[in-house]
Amino acid sequence: MNANNDQYVLQTRNLSVYYGDFKAVTDVNINIPRNKITAIIGPSGCGKSTLLRAFNRMNELVPGSRVEGEVLFNGQNLYAKDVDPVEVRHRIGMVFQKPNPFPKSIYENVAWGARIHGYRGNMDELVERCLVQAALWDEVKDILHRSGLALSGGQQQRLCIARAIAVQPEVILMDEPASALDPIATLKIEELMQELKKSYTIVIVTHNMQQAARVSDYTAMMMLVDEHSRSGTVIEFDETHKIFTRPSDKRTEDYVTGRFG
Amino acid sequence: MAIRKENGRIINGYPNRRADLRKHPRVRETIIQALLFLAGFVSIFTTIGIVYELGKEALLFFRTPEVNLWEFLTGTSWQPHIEEFGVLPLALSTLITSSIAMMIAIPLGLTAAIYLSEYATERVRKILKPTLEVLAGIPTIVYGYFALTFVTPLLRSIFGEDVVEIYNMASGGLVMGILILPLVASMSEDALHAVPNALREAAFGLGATRLEVALKVVVPAAMSGIAAAIIVGISRAIGETMIVAVAVGAGPNFTFNPFRGAETMTGYIVRISGGDLSYDSIDYNSIFAIGLLLFFITLTLNIISQRIVRRFREVYE
Amino acid sequence: MSRPNIFEDNLPTRQKTASVWQLIFLSATVVGIIFLSTLLINILNSSFGYVALEARVPPETLAVNGVPLEELPKEELVRLLQEHLSSGAFNKLENEKPFEKRSRSEVYDLVISRIVKYKVVESWNLFESLFRADEIRARVAEEFPEAELRFMSWLTVDTIRRPQSSEALLAGMRTAILGSLWTIVITIIVAFPLGVSAAIYLEEYAQDNWINRLIRTNINNLAGVPSIIYGMLGLAIFVRSLEKLTSGAVFGLVDPTTANGRTILSAALTLALLILPLIIINAQEAIRAVPQSLRRASLGLGATKWQTVWWHVLPNALPGILTGTILAVSRAIGETAPLVVVGASTAITFDPTSPFSKFTTLPIQIYQWTARPQGEWRHLAAAAIIVLLTLLLTLNATAILLRNRFTKRF
Ligand SMILES: Nc1ncnc2c1ncn2[C@@H]1O[C@H](COP(=O)(O)OP(=O)(O)OP(=O)(O)O)[C@@H](O)[C@H]1O
Ligand SMILES: [Mg+2]
Repeated sequence: MNANNDQYVLQTRNLSVYYGDFKAVTDVNINIPRNKITAIIGPSGCGKSTLLRAFNRMNELVPGSRVEGEVLFNGQNLYAKDVDPVEVRHRIGMVFQKPNPFPKSIYENVAWGARIHGYRGNMDELVERCLVQAALWDEVKDILHRSGLALSGGQQQRLCIARAIAVQPEVILMDEPASALDPIATLKIEELMQELKKSYTIVIVTHNMQQAARVSDYTAMMMLVDEHSRSGTVIEFDETHKIFTRPSDKRTEDYVTGRFG
Repeated sequence: MAIRKENGRIINGYPNRRADLRKHPRVRETIIQALLFLAGFVSIFTTIGIVYELGKEALLFFRTPEVNLWEFLTGTSWQPHIEEFGVLPLALSTLITSSIAMMIAIPLGLTAAIYLSEYATERVRKILKPTLEVLAGIPTIVYGYFALTFVTPLLRSIFGEDVVEIYNMASGGLVMGILILPLVASMSEDALHAVPNALREAAFGLGATRLEVALKVVVPAAMSGIAAAIIVGISRAIGETMIVAVAVGAGPNFTFNPFRGAETMTGYIVRISGGDLSYDSIDYNSIFAIGLLLFFITLTLNIISQRIVRRFREVYE
Repeated sequence: MSRPNIFEDNLPTRQKTASVWQLIFLSATVVGIIFLSTLLINILNSSFGYVALEARVPPETLAVNGVPLEELPKEELVRLLQEHLSSGAFNKLENEKPFEKRSRSEVYDLVISRIVKYKVVESWNLFESLFRADEIRARVAEEFPEAELRFMSWLTVDTIRRPQSSEALLAGMRTAILGSLWTIVITIIVAFPLGVSAAIYLEEYAQDNWINRLIRTNINNLAGVPSIIYGMLGLAIFVRSLEKLTSGAVFGLVDPTTANGRTILSAALTLALLILPLIIINAQEAIRAVPQSLRRASLGLGATKWQTVWWHVLPNALPGILTGTILAVSRAIGETAPLVVVGASTAITFDPTSPFSKFTTLPIQIYQWTARPQGEWRHLAAAAIIVLLTLLLTLNATAILLRNRFTKRF
């Protein structure tokens, strides 16, 4: 492992992901830098969610799915035989497209994950700290024992973020976290991400070009390999401002300027 | 945040397991999974138990010198005390009572299902469906009581006391039909309900009446589900015991006349095992032979119905 | 500008057929409801009505110094017993329970059952009693001049509380009700954890391989096996092969009255096997209804499979699981045939005291009473049916409430 690699949390090596016989993602080689926000963009169905889920082995929950190549997390291959997926998901957390709080109290939503991982500190403090970090504390501090489902969509999504950071992951994967939210809630989540990247590495899938341009430091552009296949791959990976101003691939340019398809 | 004391034992409140992704044995998880698997496997033991025990005793039955398989399957007299072991009288009365039951349950059950699924308003459905479920939940012994104390006297007053015997197959069959009706209705209703609404809308959009939509579009589309419901109904009728034990009679009788008493396969098993039964007697073994026959008949019917249902699923999913 | 009409104008006829059929469909459903009501009315009808009673020793003749029997004090009643019973019989009663410790009403019951000895000579249903009372009275006066005509409810607190007896007027359901309770509790203890575990295994753990497919198919098939077959399985395995266990011999707990393996435990294990497939199938459905997003949320936090199941799947599936279990249990409570095969006792008059006691249950009692030729037992059977149905209805209502209350959670 050369020292140069220390700046990357996640690195993929010829990563391909299959659903049964169908190769959904082909040959991805990207390095995701630490404490930055990396956006994955691309047309629908090109495999963005699939790639994202391959980063913390959530894709394994789909029966028949399989991975070729490697995903290195701090240099360690996540798909090595002796790696425990449960441990992986502890270190690499996830926020889903649709907010999915547990049907428990707000407090329990945040505390539960920490508890199962054997958190020994002061739970009240942890819950407060995570809710503060998720920019939700002021809105819920008086109703901590109300059900998480009683919150608005945007609040629920921030609760899910608080829940994710409560187990202290290094990376947080977000799959279109704001797509189900209105513009104001979206803005809140975006601000929140800027705050979070000080402590975490964030990888976000988004359909929204402006959002990618606004929040991310790096961007991975995904596209189907060619017209004849349904398999997607990363065609360009670079700093966000380069992708949006001087893309090196014609297809990227077409896509980010809205001239695509 | 993010103050990590890497060399301390606790990092940010978590016990320090080093950022190690390697598997450590999760003993609890493994034990629990093994226990759950065993629980799932109990059902397999049940089946093995049924086949083994019934098969073993049935074998003893067929091994006795007085019995031979051919006579068992074709003989028209079941008189153990004079060593006649023909299963046909028992099978025939099972057939007759089940047929009567299905003549009630199929038409009534299907029309009720169509009404519930295609016509009834949400409010009516909310009342009727639970009523059906309640009907289905009444113990069969209660139906047996009903057959003996209400339907039989009714039949006798209609057709005459010299025509209808006190114990008769008609009464048992009719009540069995009522018992099975909710089963057929509710399973068929499920099948009808599962037909995608788009299909109905398409037909309505072409100007079809509600009846045409129901009979020509929805029912054909749900046909296999309905067929499965009917087959399950038949299997239920064949295995039904208490109604026939109470109302149909207590002696094998080879007759086609539904107003006469007779004994079904299940009725025979109950009567023999309810008496003073000594192990390893021919009586004891004979009920297992008949039980085995019953088991295979109902199993075949159930497997057929499941096949049909599975094919049906493939069409819509 | 009208388009040429290339269609037959058949709409009115089509509409007419449609409404006729609608009527047919509706009436089929109504017929079902009529059946249900007839069934219930028939049972109520049999539970009440006139009975003509003949006494061996008419109670009037037992009056002492002009005080009628009903008002005699306890001491007088004891003296009557002493007078009319053989000294052997009297001493036996004294030995069973000293008269000093018996209440007056207990002694009074003894006088009625041992001396007066009512016999039902004829009985009538409720409707007959209500609408043809004069006819009945005339007939009793003519045919049974000695008899006393009484309007009787066969369902009373007493009939529920009294143990089984060979006299219809003294018989009660306590033995059977207790037997049912004992049996069902053990059934639940065995079947619930097994069934839910199996369902968890099949829904959350089982991969799609041949052995799990076999288990699945097998459970579906078992659900369709006639209950009497389970009775035979119970007879062969629990009663016969495992007699040592089910009679309590291995624990040194043999009930002195027990008839080998034909015990409450055997009955309960048989019923447990019988309802296991139902519990599994219902629990599977409830578990399947828990949204996938919840599992993903939990696993995404780094929870293990079991943590996910225990903390999120099960709590959210619980109402559904309970509903299904209650329905399965009500099926078990009403089962008769398998228990007859397993060897329910025909006449036990003492209460069950352990899993190793002989057993009878409410449905079995109903069966035996129904099967007797004398009319009075049928009335008693009807009364027992009311008790059974009330119990089942309560359970079903609970299940439906549970279901309605918890369906809209996500
Ligand atoms: N569970 C699955 N089983 C089989 N194929 C799947 C599954 N999930 C996704 N796919 C297929 O994999 C390909 C990539 O899907 P994926 O969801 O990763 O796309 P996406 O880029 O996230 O699309 P979107 O922008 O619409 O969310 C698609 O062709 C899809 O049909
Ligand atoms: Mg996606």
